[in-house]
Amino acid sequence: MAKRQYSFYPGCSSQKGASSSNYLISAQTMCEELEIQLNEIPDWNCCGASIGYAGGGELPRLTLSARNIALSEKHHPGQDIVATCAACWLSTREAAERLQHDQARCAEANIALAEAGLTLKNQTPIKHMVEVLIQDIGYDTIKTKVKRPLSGLKIAGYVGCQTNRPFGIAGESFENPKYLDQLVETLGADSIPQFEKKVQCCGGALAFSEPEKSQEMIKGILESAYDNGANLIVTPCPVCQMNVEVYQAQINATYGTNFKMPVVYYSTLMAVAFGRSAKDAALTGQVIPAIQLEAIAEKA
Amino acid sequence: MGDMSKNYRLNFLKEVEANVEEGEWVKMCMQCGVCSGSCPLGKFWNHPPQEIFMMIRAGKREEVLTSNAMWMCTSCYNCIVRCPRELPITHIMHGLAHYAKRLGLIPQQQPTAKFAQLFWNNLSNKGRVNELKLGVKLYFMNGIGEGFKTSLKMKDIGMGMMKTKRMNPLEIVGGHGLEDIKGFQAMLKKAQELEDQRIATPRP
Ligand code: SF4
Ligand code: SF4
Ligand code: SF4
Repeated sequence: MAKRQYSFYPGCSSQKGASSSNYLISAQTMCEELEIQLNEIPDWNCCGASIGYAGGGELPRLTLSARNIALSEKHHPGQDIVATCAACWLSTREAAERLQHDQARCAEANIALAEAGLTLKNQTPIKHMVEVLIQDIGYDTIKTKVKRPLSGLKIAGYVGCQTNRPFGIAGESFENPKYLDQLVETLGADSIPQFEKKVQCCGGALAFSEPEKSQEMIKGILESAYDNGANLIVTPCPVCQMNVEVYQAQINATYGTNFKMPVVYYSTLMAVAFGRSAKDAALTGQVIPAIQLEAIAEKA
Repeated sequence: MGDMSKNYRLNFLKEVEANVEEGEWVKMCMQCGVCSGSCPLGKFWNHPPQEIFMMIRAGKREEVLTSNAMWMCTSCYNCIVRCPRELPITHIMHGLAHYAKRLGLIPQQQPTAKFAQLFWNNLSNKGRVNELKLGVKLYFMNGIGEGFKTSLKMKDIGMGMMKTKRMNPLEIVGGHGLEDIKGFQAMLKKAQELEDQRIATPRP
């Protein structure tokens, strides 16, 4: 079967040596197993993320995403754009929709793009990797690829904000989306559908600028995962992954807690379940090691 | 930049509608309070979204634009999906924050405003974000002494990221950038000019 082709927007945080480079490695492994080919958009730029608003006004920010879409339409015509970062997906899709509805702003964006020799057609669907998995590949196909079921593990599916709102995944509710739980079950682990903090905000970019306030929210997420008996947390978002994983020691110091909860990407879970090595699954990129997954990955 | 309020002296709502991203939606708010109750950092805001919208209609220009409120929006979109009138609240908050910055009205020592500006400078310089430079600037943004204190506190996090190859110390001297950086910067400059023109031209 021919591989499925997508125009890939990795985003800054997935670059080599950046905070979610481990996401990129595991996503690439997962895609190899699912016969998905990711064609990186040549010379893509940052999307501006949700925090770009202070320095960049509306048009400069829309133009950032317009450039990526225009580059994709030029170099990968006919391919859907897929992003792994929730914020990248959101900014790009939001910009595409705004420019479809607002002709005046779209004309302005094209004047700016002309300075870089580009034109926006704006006819390309923009997907999150999770949509590709659920809608284009499907749970059944994913199940057929499982070589090492993650049996015995209890995994809290932490969806967070931006993969869930405002667009979300078609057919899912904003208050209690089920796709991550279903994915966990498909891989042979136990999900926690009643996980109370499933869609709680992790603080996003404010984890940098308002650490005390954000860490209080992160603490709630971790507590709920422990109370539900989770062995680990899985998430589709690089901001969630980083925020919930790397501040646990500081939270312990502030609140006298003993958190040591691994937080992994769905792509890491899938790479392990599909029989790949700890390295290919990017388990080496965990600040808090996911020892249970390492043990499964070591099995022949 | 001049006083952009002069054409709207009597009507702050009109000013917001003309100059703030998605500002034309403000008048649709029916003051139900759902957004304020949905906001994760809401308890720290001096005015939650519902109140901000009421204050805009009441013409409280200074109070709104100098508020720390919209700088505490985490962009979680909880309000947007719950608002019965479907106001794009998140974008209005970002729009107000940006407009306050444009007018030089940001409260002093507002950490998110500083971080957000550093982020933008970082990205418009190279086309991509260099997390390490951004991090270092952030920790030193309140001065050297404060910076060393914060970086010591963050040291263990940095070591963990470095060991797992999720932070690269060499980034400080180079790092990722675009091939067509000239075209990229010309594009951003043009977009900025067009936006400045639009905001400088009051609506009839
Ligand atoms: S959301 Fe983050 S990672 Fe994605 S492009 Fe934007 S800044 Fe870069
Ligand atoms: S939820 Fe919507 S209508 Fe209700 S107060 Fe907030 S903005 Fe206004
Ligand atoms: S998007 Fe911003 S304003 Fe809306 S609920 Fe989240 S933090 Fe509050």
